[in-house]
Amino acid sequence: MKLHEQDAQPADLANTPIVSQAQPTTPLAVIADFFLKTFTIAEWEIRKLRHDFSDLITRAVQPVLWLLVFGETFTRIRAIPTGNMSYLEFMAPGILSQSVLFLAIFGGIAVVWERDLGVIHKFLASPTPRGSLVLGKALSAGIRALPQALIIYMLALILGVRMNYNPLALLGVCIFAILGAACFSTFSLIIACLLKTRDRVMGIGQVLTMPLFFASNAIYPIDIMPKPLQVIAHINPLSYVVDGIRSLMIADAAINLNTIGLDFGILAVVTIVLVIIGSNLYPRIIQ
Amino acid sequence: MTAIIEVSHLVKMFGDHAAVNDVSLSVEKGEVFGLLGPNGAGKSTTIKMLTTLLSPSSGRASVNGFDIVQQTTAVRHSLGYVPQALSADGNLTGFENLLIFAKLYDVPRAIRTQRINEVLSYVGLLDVGKQLVRTYSGGMIRRLEVAQSLLHQPSVLFLDEPTVGLDPIARQAIWDHLMDLRADSNMTIFVTTHSMEEADSLCTRIGIMHRGQIAVIGTPAELKANIGIENATLDDVFVHYAGDALESGGSYREASRARRTARRLG
Repeated sequence: MKLHEQDAQPADLANTPIVSQAQPTTPLAVIADFFLKTFTIAEWEIRKLRHDFSDLITRAVQPVLWLLVFGETFTRIRAIPTGNMSYLEFMAPGILSQSVLFLAIFGGIAVVWERDLGVIHKFLASPTPRGSLVLGKALSAGIRALPQALIIYMLALILGVRMNYNPLALLGVCIFAILGAACFSTFSLIIACLLKTRDRVMGIGQVLTMPLFFASNAIYPIDIMPKPLQVIAHINPLSYVVDGIRSLMIADAAINLNTIGLDFGILAVVTIVLVIIGSNLYPRIIQ
Repeated sequence: MTAIIEVSHLVKMFGDHAAVNDVSLSVEKGEVFGLLGPNGAGKSTTIKMLTTLLSPSSGRASVNGFDIVQQTTAVRHSLGYVPQALSADGNLTGFENLLIFAKLYDVPRAIRTQRINEVLSYVGLLDVGKQLVRTYSGGMIRRLEVAQSLLHQPSVLFLDEPTVGLDPIARQAIWDHLMDLRADSNMTIFVTTHSMEEADSLCTRIGIMHRGQIAVIGTPAELKANIGIENATLDDVFVHYAGDALESGGSYREASRARRTARRLG
């Protein structure tokens, strides 16, 4: 029984010239191949979002609630010293960072899901560098973070937060959001490769989000924390995401390119290290 | 004839347990080789090693002349792989699924679209190429995955239980495609399956795996002739070599005997 009557001459399949199996040999070609494949993995995510963006809307609810419920209240009670900016202004970049953290830290669940579907098997059987697969997934999380930034900017605008609309500053915020999402999603990927089941990744994710969020400068300055917590806040990558975004997002914030550069540098180094670890662990998820 | 898959003394240990224990086999170009065996016999582990998903604990293997440990990229370019699960992404169209993999497999940009349409039409999905995969039936997704595995014109196609979970018509369609493919392009096909009927009618040679080892290799006719049962079916062969793996071995034997009796009567 044939279900493919409309086939064009099947012989075409055999006669088509054999696809180039040339492998990149020069260092430049290897690097070009690496980034081409990385962007292909990210392109997949963009295409998925284009077909179905309902996910983005549901994800926007939580940051909106934080700003409206928590932010509006704490602005009135002035319990937290935030210098010359209002509490809402102080907090808006923190909530953007938080939404980036929350969407990225459960990225490992998607890795487990893709393993169960066999997608990762297909990836690993293809001539794609492992680093491209992991960095591509990190970039995909970064792309998902951008609509969050857009939503928080719109809401902050409505709430009367004075923001910095300099295009370079906006670009900087996007870069920090992407980098933050890449960092935390790769961290989550590593957890998934080690723990391998959805329940465990979910459990660890939930355990980690609380300290990552509260032991950072997202909703209060590090200075008011007890000393031991300050230490944790300083090694918490989220603090650097918040710091970078806060300086670039808020109109009254003093822009110090040195600290922004330092924030960026620390995040970039942490992310690169995580991607390297993740690339080595990634094949383990299918074992 | 030249061997396109060469496996010698391949071993994969998981802790103390040898999932694959000293397996040697070779597959000639253009063969349809079926790897059969009970669950846990080591079929999937073998296929994962040959497709470079797992590295062997010891032993050697080559695909298309390339070593599976030393020359992974060349091996990956040489093979097409259809995993056990239905893995195409439902949130993308059929065309987009193929586009992503065409890029990952370095199909040159100039012929990418043409090539994708070619394989889509080959499996009869050209009309629905622009629809989201989540609107496809199981059989259509399977065909899409076969199409995807053909994008880069592999020398060997690996399929891990390609018809599991499909209805009989979809099963038949998949096998028709694979047989056409072999006739058209002399492609080598390496397949694991639980379906004895499929293996019997479609494979040129069969290896039965049991407890991590190859119990026997031969053409379906040879295997059936060699177990000393009159009018033996492949089920009998399977039970003969791997029957003791089944806790309820007796009932399986009875079932297979009953089936043979029924066939003789019918």
